[in-house]
Amino acid sequence: MKELQELSRQLLADDVVKVVIGYEEGPRGVRAAFITDPAQTGKLVFDKRCVQNLATYLNPRRKQVAQLGKPAIVVKGCDARSVAGLIREKQVERGNIVVIAMRCGGVLENSEVDSELTSETVSVRCAGCDVRDPKLYDHILGELPPEPPVNPRRTEQIAALEEMTPTERWSFWNEELARCIRCHACREACPMCFCVQCTADKGQPQWIDPSPTPRANRAWQTMRVLHQAGRCVDCLECERACPEHIPLGLLARYVADAVKKRFDYAACEDPTVPAPMGVFRTDDDEEFIR
Amino acid sequence: MSDDVKPGTDTTWTPKIVAFVCNWCTYTGADLAGTSRLKMDPNVRVIRLTCSSRVNPLFIIKAFERGADGVIVSGCHTGDCHYSTGNYYARRRFAILHDLLDFMGVENNRVTFSWVSASEGNKWQEVVNQTTSRVKELGPSCVPLNQKGGE
Repeated sequence: MKELQELSRQLLADDVVKVVIGYEEGPRGVRAAFITDPAQTGKLVFDKRCVQNLATYLNPRRKQVAQLGKPAIVVKGCDARSVAGLIREKQVERGNIVVIAMRCGGVLENSEVDSELTSETVSVRCAGCDVRDPKLYDHILGELPPEPPVNPRRTEQIAALEEMTPTERWSFWNEELARCIRCHACREACPMCFCVQCTADKGQPQWIDPSPTPRANRAWQTMRVLHQAGRCVDCLECERACPEHIPLGLLARYVADAVKKRFDYAACEDPTVPAPMGVFRTDDDEEFIR
Repeated sequence: MSDDVKPGTDTTWTPKIVAFVCNWCTYTGADLAGTSRLKMDPNVRVIRLTCSSRVNPLFIIKAFERGADGVIVSGCHTGDCHYSTGNYYARRRFAILHDLLDFMGVENNRVTFSWVSASEGNKWQEVVNQTTSRVKELGPSCVPLNQKGGE
């Protein structure tokens, strides 16, 4: 933590960057901090409560952050994949950001309650993590902590859904999506949702009804996860932002698994690897084509 | 399924199926099937598009919303695309859509993806007849009926 504060102070004092995007203590756990004054860098923290994906603040739609000037951003290995995604899709220029990567030993599901990492409290996004030692960085800090326990909840949920009949799955999603109020917080929180105009906001033609009807909610979420196929890093910002606690991460993880299975691709830290939906192989699997 | 129409109990119901087909292969193939006077189930409405990669997954979602019981998407065989590579991209998109629809509870048999070339009138006949019988087996789609609080 000391080295993070010292590095940030130096970056700001030497005018390498104008703002450091990191974590600070908030009234409910840790929260995002935007430090522009070298004297304030003592506020920065990094520990197992830092579950949020700060890469979402590099999203060019967030003009208020861009206004602050060249950013340095604190990332975990998993968040570095979002940064790579933004670079890959030409939303951020590599030279215009400074990436401060933290070696990570897993994070808590709920950053408000500081507790030991157990298979219940650890975030589901840490299961199967292979980027605890980040590869995309300008500065890398910390010792590599021991591997966190695995939270099997998500895998179990997906397995349970796959066991069901289509009709049962239909009613499961009906129940979950009936709560959606179409606030679009899932879109706003997503680091990879950066379209200037979202299809859901288009009126002519109106692809998706803006009212929260069960049909429209279903169409909205289907479209959202399809647009995220191969781009989503499973950071669960959508799920955390959802005021109705809809398990949006289930859809994201399922699609990520499908992409992995079919195209042998998983979101990675290398911005030069093309995203799977923009390329093809002539021998792609086509067992579903009749 | 809806409360009032149980699959297989409504004898007057026949499925509505929307087919998104590419201009260069499947549409021509369907045309051949027509001029060859092949007998086909009359449930399929054909929509001609330039390429199978023109099919946005939203077209399929919208078709279901507006009352389709089944959807066919068909284009050129791989390697034969008029635009060289369109159907390769389409295949990737449909693969994920195929998995996701199933995960969200839309039966896989409602959506048929196929490649039908301009000379395969017989194959088009098969695709139409098989899709129709599969959708008949499943009964009416629950998507349009599921609009309580909607339109």
